[in-house]
Amino acid sequence: MISIQNVHKSFGQLEVLKGIDLTIERGEVVTMIGPSGSGKSTLLQCINGLETINSGEIHVDGTSVFAPDTDLNKLRQKLGIVFQSYNAFPHMTVQRNVTLALRKVLRLPRAEADEIARRQLDRVGLLAKADVYPGALSGGQQQRLGIARALAMSPNYMLFDEVTSALDPQLVGEVLATMRDLSSEGMTMIAVTHEMKFAREVADRVVFFDKGVIAESGNPEEVFLSPKSPRLKEFLSHSQF
Amino acid sequence: MGYTFQFGVVLDALPDLLSGAAVSLSLAVASMVVGMLLAAPLAVAAAGRNLAAKTPARAWIELARNTPCLAQIYAMYYGLGAVGIFMPAWAAVFLAISFNNAGYLAEIFRGGLNGINANQFKASRSLGLTPAMAYRYVVFPQVFRNTYNSVSNQFIWSMLNTSLGALIGLYDLSGVAMDYQMRTFKTFEFFLAIAVAYIVLAKLIMFGMRFLKPGGANA
Ligand SMILES: Nc1ncnc2c1ncn2[C@@H]1O[C@H](COP(=O)(O)OP(=O)(O)OP(=O)(O)O)[C@@H](O)[C@H]1O
Ligand SMILES: [Mg+2]
Repeated sequence: MISIQNVHKSFGQLEVLKGIDLTIERGEVVTMIGPSGSGKSTLLQCINGLETINSGEIHVDGTSVFAPDTDLNKLRQKLGIVFQSYNAFPHMTVQRNVTLALRKVLRLPRAEADEIARRQLDRVGLLAKADVYPGALSGGQQQRLGIARALAMSPNYMLFDEVTSALDPQLVGEVLATMRDLSSEGMTMIAVTHEMKFAREVADRVVFFDKGVIAESGNPEEVFLSPKSPRLKEFLSHSQF
Repeated sequence: MGYTFQFGVVLDALPDLLSGAAVSLSLAVASMVVGMLLAAPLAVAAAGRNLAAKTPARAWIELARNTPCLAQIYAMYYGLGAVGIFMPAWAAVFLAISFNNAGYLAEIFRGGLNGINANQFKASRSLGLTPAMAYRYVVFPQVFRNTYNSVSNQFIWSMLNTSLGALIGLYDLSGVAMDYQMRTFKTFEFFLAIAVAYIVLAKLIMFGMRFLKPGGANA
């Protein structure tokens, strides 16, 4: 379970998160929607401690993310994250991208790491590309590599930050399909997305972010079909779902 | 009465010249390896925001790059000697050139670090890599690839700088040539010979560097 309690976060004078409360149970799929700059990416990065918070608490499976004695490197193994920008390591083959953390963080023997990598690459449809460099992959393939790389660490949670928004439209589908597969396998996921149709279909719960607060949340039918706040109505009027 | 070239004396001195070349090359390689190992953390510190690390790193880089290499060698040999720390000429040259390399290479790497997307570091950390691992396996291999040409130049430049060691009695290529020309008065022959030898060493270094080039010798 991920529990986020009254989290505040500022960048200098700018308060980006203004008291966020959110709980994600194991097996749940939560999608986050909301206007640009509302703090969605910042919250995801706070969950695995890539960003710090000013006050409040975040617990992952009972471990406080910001407690001084928490081993963040260990905690991060439970939390896979895939970013909007492609973050493949360009100087390593696709397979090495996946085995790096298995070898260096989990200290697995090469054969075992290779086997896990190939299984995960197969899962996202990239096994044939195992030996090429990321530069030779399309944007959609690079994002699927990012997913495989995160999954290889056997995380309990997967965080997705607009993983399709830098993609050419014809490549969006393949990445969303991979995420759909994951959700149907029971993976706990938090996905920030601008793909409203996807957000509605895949989610158990939809969270609408606005100006640093969760302005509205609920099951997809509630949020998409009977939005309460004027801001959400306005936001949804610009999108198709 | 004209000067007659006599390269016979150079041939007689060949064994000493070869061992001098070996001294020059091994000092260059050793101080390059140490310089690179020091330059990586120096570059990170100098590019960072932690003043306790940034200030000494900047001071090192400024001192190494803005004082004559000869002064750095003298500082190690005579300067430390004056406070009771004595070392052979080769050790003074090794330390001074390593110090010098670290400063120049740190500046080169710092530029290279700016060219690496911050997300590469973030993505590494998100997989559970420590900062040291992220630099070691993800960031610096890319920095090295992007700065390969400048690093190669620095390698050659520092190899040529080892010749200053002759001034504190180092028996390297230049030291051997100085010794022999004083004994035989065949100044021109010896300095022509070592000029050729330095060119050969430089080419040897370029050849060796090709195998360190990311992507292999043919990339
Ligand atoms: N490292 C940073 N330093 C300063 N300000 C930042 C930093 N990161 C984000 N911000 C600011 O914080 C606010 C929230 O950013 P965030 O990226 O979390 O929004 P978002 O909801 O993910 O938006 P988008 O949909 O555009 O991705 C923005 O105003 C952004 O400019
Ligand atoms: Mg964002």
